[in-house]
Amino acid sequence: MNRLLASASIVTLLALGACGEEKKEEAQQAAPAASNTTATTEAAPAATPAPAPAAAEIKQGGSMIVTFKDDLPTLDPAIGYDWKNWSVIKSVFDGLLDYKPGTTEIVPDLAESFETSADGLTYTFKLRQGVKFHNGREMKAADVKYSLERMINPATTSPGAGYYAGIKGFAEFQAGTATEVAGITTPDDYTVKLELTAPDATTLHLLALNFSYVVPKEEVEKSGLDFGKKPVGTGAYKVTEWTSGQKIVLDRNADYFKAGLPRLDKITFEIGQEPVVALLRLQKGEIDIAGDGIPPAKFEEIMNDPASKDLVITADQLHTGYVAMNVTMKPFDNVAVRQAVNMAINKDRIVKLINDRAVPANQPLPPAMPGYDTSYKGYAFDVEGAKAKLKEAGPEAGFETDLYVMNTDPQPRIAQAIQQDLATIGIKVNLKSQDMGTVIAAGGKKDGAPMIWSGGMAWIADFPDPSNFYTVILGCGGAVEGGWNWSWYCNEALDKRAREANAITDPAKAGERAIAWGKIFTDLMADAPWAPVFNEKAYVVHSKRVAGPNGIFADPIHIPVNYDEVYATDVK
Amino acid sequence: MAGYLLRRLFHALLTLIGISLITFIILFALPGDPVNRVAGRMANDQQKALVREQLGLDRPLWEQYGRYVGKLATGDLGRSFMQRSEVSELVGARLPATLWLMLAAIVCELVIGLSIGAVAAFRRNTLLDQSVMVGAFVFVSAPQFLLGYTLLYVFAVWLGWFPIGGYGSLSQIVLPALTLGLLGGGWYARMMRSSVIEVLRQDFVRTARAKGLSRLRIVFVHIVPNAILPIIAMVGIDIGIFMSGIVVVESVFGWPGIGQLTWQAIQQLDIPIIMGVTLVSACAIVLGNLLADLAAPLIDPRIRLK
Repeated sequence: MNRLLASASIVTLLALGACGEEKKEEAQQAAPAASNTTATTEAAPAATPAPAPAAAEIKQGGSMIVTFKDDLPTLDPAIGYDWKNWSVIKSVFDGLLDYKPGTTEIVPDLAESFETSADGLTYTFKLRQGVKFHNGREMKAADVKYSLERMINPATTSPGAGYYAGIKGFAEFQAGTATEVAGITTPDDYTVKLELTAPDATTLHLLALNFSYVVPKEEVEKSGLDFGKKPVGTGAYKVTEWTSGQKIVLDRNADYFKAGLPRLDKITFEIGQEPVVALLRLQKGEIDIAGDGIPPAKFEEIMNDPASKDLVITADQLHTGYVAMNVTMKPFDNVAVRQAVNMAINKDRIVKLINDRAVPANQPLPPAMPGYDTSYKGYAFDVEGAKAKLKEAGPEAGFETDLYVMNTDPQPRIAQAIQQDLATIGIKVNLKSQDMGTVIAAGGKKDGAPMIWSGGMAWIADFPDPSNFYTVILGCGGAVEGGWNWSWYCNEALDKRAREANAITDPAKAGERAIAWGKIFTDLMADAPWAPVFNEKAYVVHSKRVAGPNGIFADPIHIPVNYDEVYATDVK
Repeated sequence: MAGYLLRRLFHALLTLIGISLITFIILFALPGDPVNRVAGRMANDQQKALVREQLGLDRPLWEQYGRYVGKLATGDLGRSFMQRSEVSELVGARLPATLWLMLAAIVCELVIGLSIGAVAAFRRNTLLDQSVMVGAFVFVSAPQFLLGYTLLYVFAVWLGWFPIGGYGSLSQIVLPALTLGLLGGGWYARMMRSSVIEVLRQDFVRTARAKGLSRLRIVFVHIVPNAILPIIAMVGIDIGIFMSGIVVVESVFGWPGIGQLTWQAIQQLDIPIIMGVTLVSACAIVLGNLLADLAAPLIDPRIRLK
């Protein structure tokens, strides 16, 4: 829930058009006169103004300072699950697969290549040879198996374990009736085989997800529960200093298996910095990235300041803010009432209320997610139509209800706007402004909350796949006590279609699958368990000292930046 | 004296047990379920049950409390739900920063409060008295973040005399300590003023004046030591307040103290950390009060501890 992922924004895509990955840049440099125009390639020639200089100008070395308000809770990849530690973990550890920097495209990482069986049930990964952990030992297939089993083991209490329930033998291992997960095998030192109980198109995403990252058994056993504070991985950086609440220092891993990476020698995270103070320090040149972004109070100032404007990078997030209506509670058990609410909310006004840091939404999926239906219009803002719908709903028209909302700004202000909108169609809404835990608890009880504004607690996808927006928050599986499906909407027919869409594992049919998913969400909107309100954008601001193609700032997977790829401009 | 000390320590122990029990009950009565946070959104009931068992949250409340106290007796505060680290380590890492800031802040409060209060008392009912006391009142009522940010903007950003927040060097402690000193100094000033005025009315001051003692001698030997007694008790209370977290000032200045840790833990419903911090600050409050009571007879021999 604290996870936050950005997605490929227009900015990201433009940046990708302008410069490619390092190897290509080097090749390009050799060519006498390079052109930089096509979307698939390459570095810009040094003479042309471009978001990033050509490879010749990027020198390995230098350092940067990033600030965060809160300490990173842990760097254990099986456990870390908030947006701050998420991308740091990606730089300290590696998984079998990864995303191509600045995109949502899956590429092999610790695996050199992989194969999928025709029935979609078996995945075989060939590992890269000679990859070393920070302690010098070579990473082998047994480490992959160990890491996955450790994450699944209930003793680890990994918040991601549930994702891997499709692996054969998962349940037996979790229950303690098997000593290993039968579906994870290692035919030799450099081969890992994964067997599933049912075909699942999200499998590759799961192996690019932090929870599956590879850890060395001996270090985990040595540090025990403190492994998260003394992490040892195969990644581009090693953690060399960690003073709780003050700072974390990452040093370049000289043995990193990807040539030329990371570009920096050192990254220092300074902890405990208020976002406002961090921005002041950034403007004075004391730090390079204000990790918590731009606080609302400073937003207008920064965006209107010509000096800062170029250093701000905007990205869409895989996020949707919505009003969940509990379909098991009166009068929201009546679909016409839910539709009326959808039509009564003035989304444009709410977006203005938060300084245009979002775009209005009409369906559960955010625009950057595969499957988003651009042709779907949703419920247009229509007060008279809403009144008519409510009348159609019958005698309950003009009722009183409760809207639960998290009590930190700007959420109560947004809820007030919703309250006013609903008052115009005769629904009297009482705001229940509570702390996050209370709201989540109310949503997880069947008769707990008739309406919830999801802001501050909303789902932000863990990986860029539409299924990640369904199963837990709109599917039958989430409509249980303590679950996250706050509308308690359970449609067996849609659940079946979701399972079918996930069984389409053939990469060639990815487009077909995305359309199938998109249709699930728009069909679901006919029942209107949610009133989607907006999709939030992310803002990253950095100093002139550090640079990179824009796609690595506000990367779809790495917030605030892809630490492996960012470089310093002042290296001599 | 030894008997007094033993009795006080015994009371302190009872207080701490009471506090731990109440905190424990309150934390577990909160509507949020920490298992939901730890297990993640993908977890089904079965996985949540396994996590609940791992965290020991499946046991009856009295048993959980019993286990907690049992471990506490060996100095073990348990492990954080979210960070998995030992709570004693997390608190221990934050303790020095909080102690330093507390010390510096109390020094600032005393310097500011006692001087203003004494001057106001000696010049009572003059314009000077009224203006400094109104000034002190303004600071007492100012929100912490307002004063903190003002000092930060003026002295660190504009004038550049001090670093913009952070921890480690002497220059970094000045602004947060000054913020707290100005905020708390007003209380000391009021207390000092009324205390000095009261002492000034006492017979022994008139006698000293009649004896023709020098003004300075009267002030520093006869008035201040007698007036300072209630201040000592205030310092004792202040220690407790500061130890329970200087959340706002710590976050404005990026000071890595206990307040920050507590704030983070509350947001994440990290019960072991909240318990640990509560107990440590409760200890500090009890200890601060005890020290203040022990110091009283050293300053005023008329007071006997029984």
